[in-house]
Amino acid sequence: MRMQDVVLRFDADAVLKGVTMDLDVQGCTVIMGPNGAGKSLLLKLMHGLMAPTSGQIMWGAKAPSDVMSRQALVLQKPVLLRRSVAANIDFVLKARGKDIGLRDGLLEHVGLLHKATQPARLLSGGEAQRLSLARALATEPEVLFLDEPTASLDPASVLAIERIVSDARSRGVRIVWVTHDIGQARRMADDVVFLQAGQVAEHSAAAAFFSEPRSQAARDYLDGRIVF
Amino acid sequence: MQSIGDALGLAFALVFSGDPDLLEIVLLSLRVSLTATALACLIGFPIGALVAIGRFPGRNAVLVFMNALMGLPPVVVGLMVYLHLSRSGPLGFLGLLYTPTAMIIAQIILIAPIVAALSRQVLEDLHSEYAEQFRSLCLTRLQTVQALLWDARYSLLTVGLAGFGRAVAEVGAVIIVGGNIDHLTRVMTTAIALETSKGDLALALALGIILLVIALGVNAAVQSVRMTATRQAYV
Repeated sequence: MRMQDVVLRFDADAVLKGVTMDLDVQGCTVIMGPNGAGKSLLLKLMHGLMAPTSGQIMWGAKAPSDVMSRQALVLQKPVLLRRSVAANIDFVLKARGKDIGLRDGLLEHVGLLHKATQPARLLSGGEAQRLSLARALATEPEVLFLDEPTASLDPASVLAIERIVSDARSRGVRIVWVTHDIGQARRMADDVVFLQAGQVAEHSAAAAFFSEPRSQAARDYLDGRIVF
Repeated sequence: MQSIGDALGLAFALVFSGDPDLLEIVLLSLRVSLTATALACLIGFPIGALVAIGRFPGRNAVLVFMNALMGLPPVVVGLMVYLHLSRSGPLGFLGLLYTPTAMIIAQIILIAPIVAALSRQVLEDLHSEYAEQFRSLCLTRLQTVQALLWDARYSLLTVGLAGFGRAVAEVGAVIIVGGNIDHLTRVMTTAIALETSKGDLALALALGIILLVIALGVNAAVQSVRMTATRQAYV
């Protein structure tokens, strides 16, 4: 993916200010930064849910809206249908014209097969997020966008989700993950995009980012100082 | 003219005796209003859904129009349907005037806007929750509408109930297009109006009691379904 001088404005306010970056075909990119830096908006622009005010985003030779069907998004707050766990998966499989028989395998993969008949909206936070992840994986995405999917989850749920995502990555799914969790970024990232005030302050390989961050903002963030 | 006490006594006696005339009127009322409600829902739900998810020029004007139609005066609707179905009207050849079908048509025109406007609100709220995820899943408009209608099914049941309530309690339109003909188009509300004017309060009260029981029964049933759905977080 290539993002060239992308600007996003709401009225007169620029929330993303000339973002330029490239993403490789493989791996897990973690987008970090303080609240309000524009991380989630950047994710939505990449996925094509929003259009930039100016600038260009291309996946190969295609615009985000042209490849959206080959991508999936998991939000911080899972949006589950008012149906059973199984019906949530069935819905996506049917919508994408896929075999309903894939459902049990997906639920087993995320550890929810035993809850298949339960109402989805009565699942715990961690379970709901795993179902959301299973639904995203049901689309067999080439790119999986994760917008703070483990925020406010218990450690066991975080671990479960990281394992599922790691497994997807190992099968070639490109991961783009927004997180505040520095530990999680260390565990998952191949490269880190650090956003500050709507600009890319740094985009480095994960090892370099955590050992020798180039930007003062990233150094302050990693040291636990408040970054504006 | 009977006293209220005498009338009530006679009314309960009529209700519990299973009077065939009374039963005929009740069954016709239910047939007309339930059919009108079902058809109004078939029309109103998709319209509500399309307006809920649609963004098009003039949408606000459509919303104002839809909401305004909720307050259609029944006698005006009755008059318009009468003019269309009367022998000299454009649909006079169908011979529907003074039939239960004409009453159903009038009730559909009355309650379809209510169903459409209320369902639009319900579905728009739900869509605001689902919209981003649905766009990400690249759902078609039809898939989106189908999903919204299914997921809002319990809320839409209440919307349908509101329509049924309006239909079964309506008198102005059905008396104009139905004519309140005994054994043919006499329903509870028109019979109550007639019997009251004749001074036969017992039958009027008996019908009133049944009307109230039906309203309470339907409400209780829908409430029970909604409570079950709420426990399962399906609302």
